[in-house]
Amino acid sequence: MDFLRPASWEEALAAKAEHPTAVPIAGGTDVMVEINFDHRRPEYLLDLNRVAELREWAVGEETVRLGASVPYTTIMEELRTELPGLALASHTVASPQIRNRGGVGGNLGTASPAGDAHPALLAADCEVEVESVRGSRLIPIDEFYTGVKRNALAEDELIKSVHIKKAAGPQQYSKVGTRNAMVIAVCAFGIALHPDTRTVRTGIGSAAPTPIRAKAAEEFLNAALEEGGFWDSKKIITPSIAKQFAELASGAANPIDDVRGTANYRRHAVGIMARRTLGWTWESYRGNGRSTEGVA
Amino acid sequence: MRVNFTVNGRQQEADDVWEGESLLYVLRERMGLPGSKNACEQGECGSCTVRLDGVPVCSCLVAAGQVQDREVVTVEGLADYAKHREDSHPGGACGSVCGGTSLQEARQWQARPADRVTDGQTGEGGELSPIQQAFIDAGAVQCGFCTPGLLVAADELLERNASPSDADIREALSGNLCRCTGYEKILDAVRLAAARQEETV
Repeated sequence: MDFLRPASWEEALAAKAEHPTAVPIAGGTDVMVEINFDHRRPEYLLDLNRVAELREWAVGEETVRLGASVPYTTIMEELRTELPGLALASHTVASPQIRNRGGVGGNLGTASPAGDAHPALLAADCEVEVESVRGSRLIPIDEFYTGVKRNALAEDELIKSVHIKKAAGPQQYSKVGTRNAMVIAVCAFGIALHPDTRTVRTGIGSAAPTPIRAKAAEEFLNAALEEGGFWDSKKIITPSIAKQFAELASGAANPIDDVRGTANYRRHAVGIMARRTLGWTWESYRGNGRSTEGVA
Repeated sequence: MRVNFTVNGRQQEADDVWEGESLLYVLRERMGLPGSKNACEQGECGSCTVRLDGVPVCSCLVAAGQVQDREVVTVEGLADYAKHREDSHPGGACGSVCGGTSLQEARQWQARPADRVTDGQTGEGGELSPIQQAFIDAGAVQCGFCTPGLLVAADELLERNASPSDADIREALSGNLCRCTGYEKILDAVRLAAARQEETV
């Protein structure tokens, strides 16, 4: 095994181009587990800790450019206003020690359906900035996940940052697990209201081969909200609409039975989380906001 | 490969390090510092918690090569680290500018020094950080395996939050498992250390 320690982003891209099999390591919270248990013995480890710009973020006019290695702790502490859904999701990641090391780039690189950040990223809407010596490109999040633990990266590309739409309305995140800390999701649900475009976006985690959006549920809800004039009147969402939204969200899930839960349980739980998080965000939109504190 | 880094305030060098090795392995097997415990090796238990450039991390998930030119504080250096924080950098962390703890001292560290007759239960006379003394006084140590990680995590909490609420303490220690389930006494110990810290300010 070789340990590659690029001092800059350009050096990192050059190293990845020269050794496409090199495994990038930043927080190490996925990669080191695999190495410790001898599940993986990469030929090259590509350490990204010395690349400073990966730990930087910038709040722009419409988006937040979040460096791939910005730790979850920083997202929780610094970006709660701009990225409330992702901040909530970040708070559910493992433990303080893990949140001090791990970042969104790792979740995206690993592309596990259980990654905590995915539902929040899908709901908020974002583009993943990836780069290689050949150039850089922005991959819409909807096209990023291509299979179980597979993503749209070419073998010489590295994830640089994520351009996430700044919240224009309330966002929520819900995760089912056996405990509050250090738990992998049985399933998770993210929702974001986008009053600027009068749309609602969602994200489902751990209930399909990849993180997914509940598109039929979104389309139904967007039409129902428009038709009923809800965005302007800010009236309470009719229970039948919330129920239908929950059923469609549940239907979007395509889960499996495993040690953490059964497929039936996951489908059921996704529906419940969809209904609850819609209620929380909509109440917030109406001005009776429960804050984003402690509801994850 | 060779890794140069600062351990407990002193510059150290580890040789013949395997590229896939963890910081935890380097500390325990190459530096002779077994204070950081090796349990789950997957970041679940927090027994290997150390400070990396001041930040609490699971040393089992840090690749050895990633600590090149960086600063690590282990439980063996905690007393010195806490002392210097109070003496010269109140409320803040100190790096290599502190005197630090040599490997020799660190390896020989014990709560009850051999050359002094002390009460083994109280740890009197030993070089202890306030959080270590509080753990002893509150009876927060059972089998002791989780204790080093908890000490490092709890010390860091009290460094940035002088009067933590119970929720703050639970949150800060949520990454540290105690299989003896002695959590109540551990919470007592952190409350005790916080109260003593307030008294001295």
